[in-house]
Parts: sequence; C-alpha cells; structure tokens
Amino acid sequence: MKISIDDLHKAFESRVRLGIMSALAVNDSLDFTSLREYLDVTDGNLATHLKKLEKEKFIRVDKSFINNKPNTSYSMTPEGKKAFEEHLNVLEQIINSQKSE
Amino acid sequence: MKEEQDYIQDIAEIRSMMERSTKFLSLSGWAGVMAGIYALAGAWIAYHFYSFNPNKIVYTSPDLSRVIFLAVLVLILAIGTAVFLSWKKAHKRGEKIWNATSRRLLINMTIPLLAGGFLIFILLAKGFVGLLAPLTLLFYGLAVYNASNFTYGEMKFLGLIQIGLGLISSYFIVYGLLLWALGFGVVHIFYGTYMHFKYDGE
Repeated sequence: MKISIDDLHKAFESRVRLGIMSALAVNDSLDFTSLREYLDVTDGNLATHLKKLEKEKFIRVDKSFINNKPNTSYSMTPEGKKAFEEHLNVLEQIINSQKSE
Repeated sequence: MKEEQDYIQDIAEIRSMMERSTKFLSLSGWAGVMAGIYALAGAWIAYHFYSFNPNKIVYTSPDLSRVIFLAVLVLILAIGTAVFLSWKKAHKRGEKIWNATSRRLLINMTIPLLAGGFLIFILLAKGFVGLLAPLTLLFYGLAVYNASNFTYGEMKFLGLIQIGLGLISSYFIVYGLLLWALGFGVVHIFYGTYMHFKYDGE
C-alpha cells in the first residue's frame, strides 16, 4: 500500500489541534481551563481550534454549570478517535518508509 | 510541505501531551528522602524518649498523646516538604502545581489515606495502639499504589513494599515500630534517592 502525505487529515495539521486530540485521547473529558494549561495557548487561540475540531465532529462539547459558573467540557467522539488513530498510523508509516529508503 | 523531522516532532509532541495530561511528574525525589529522615527521627524520639514500642495489639503508654502529636507532626512536615519541593520543581519545568493532573493525583491519594486515618483514630480510642504502625503502613501503601497511575509508574512498587511491610507488622506486632521505621524511613530514603537521580535532573 502506498502511503502519501495526502492521507494525513487536514484537521491535524496544527500542533494545537494535535495537542487537543492527544490530551482527549487519554482523558475521558477535559474542561477549557485544563486544556489551556496543558497547551499553553491563549483563550482565543484555543477556542478557534476547538471550534474547528467540533465542526469536524471530532470532539463533543458539553456545557454545564458548576457552582453557578459556566463550565465547558470537551471529549472525543468515536469519529474523532478513529480519525486520530488513522492519523497516528499514517505518521508512523511515513516515518518507517523514509527510514527504510 | 512538512519534512520527516516535522512528523517525528509531531509524534514526540503527541506522546508528551498524553503523558503531561495524565501524569503529574513534578514530584521530587528529595521529598522522599526528607520524609524518610523525619520518619526515622520520629520513630527514634518515640522509642527513646517516650519508651513507645507496642508489643501487643492492646497496649497502653503514658505518653500516647505525645506520640500521636509526634506522628501528626512528622506527617505535616513530610507533606509540607513534598508540596514545597513539587512547587519548586513544577516552577522549573514551567508547569502549574495545581492543575487537572495534580488534582487527580491528590484525590486518588487522599481517599485511602482519610479512610485509614479515621479507622486508626477509632482503633486508638479503643486502645488498639499496637495496630498504629501496621495500619499506617498498609493504608499509606494503598494510597501510593492507587496514586501511581497518575505519576511516575515506579510509585507502584513503593506502594506494594509498604503494603507488604504493613501486613508483616500486623502479624509481628512486637516489630511494629521497627518495621514502621524501615518502611517510612529507610525505604523512603532509598526510593527518594533513586527517583532523584533518575528524574530530578530533567
């Protein structure tokens, strides 16, 4: 099977989005503040990337109130999980194929 | 167009994010060493000045309240040192000490510790002083084992060692204080030294 760069999902081109997906892959759900701390980005930047992932239906957004304060938590959808795993496989194969050349 | 180096970097970032978002890695080896020193000092004071050395489960000592005060003091010093050194290490690593990961670590450690703490106080009130050392070792071991999923994996073995020492000392009550000093003192010092040389250089 020929692996090409085109197989890499466009949604994962950005390091921030890749980071969001990595963190959500190993956590059931994370709130906005936790994601911001892990990624070390500004609120606006994070929100833009989260919106894009939400549009792709890769993440699920749950809004709730904790102690009367709005709290937004994010989790990975089955589609997101599948896309992320495929992305990892393609990354691995690209690196392996370049090593053997 | 991305280069091969970029993809390798991508994978490194994915791995680092997965680790950072699940494990609190700012625990300091020195905290273990210091906790061990406090514990050895505490055990020695209890034995030497208060002649505290239970030989059976139901045991009375005129200095029991002082021994309990001493134990609480050792606990506070150990926790205080651990928090301070973790804060320093987190600061150096550019991490916040109070984040989703450290909160999870703390909750998973606190629940077994509180359960054990209440049980020990109830048993002390009923005179089962000989169980103080075995049960502190046992519940501390359970707490560490439980917490190991959220920090360095090696903590699992520390937990198992303390659980083992706790069970042994519950059978050989007469060696309770000695095994307590071994578990909280010597094992902590060795473990802390090992962790310091393995991870603190980062």
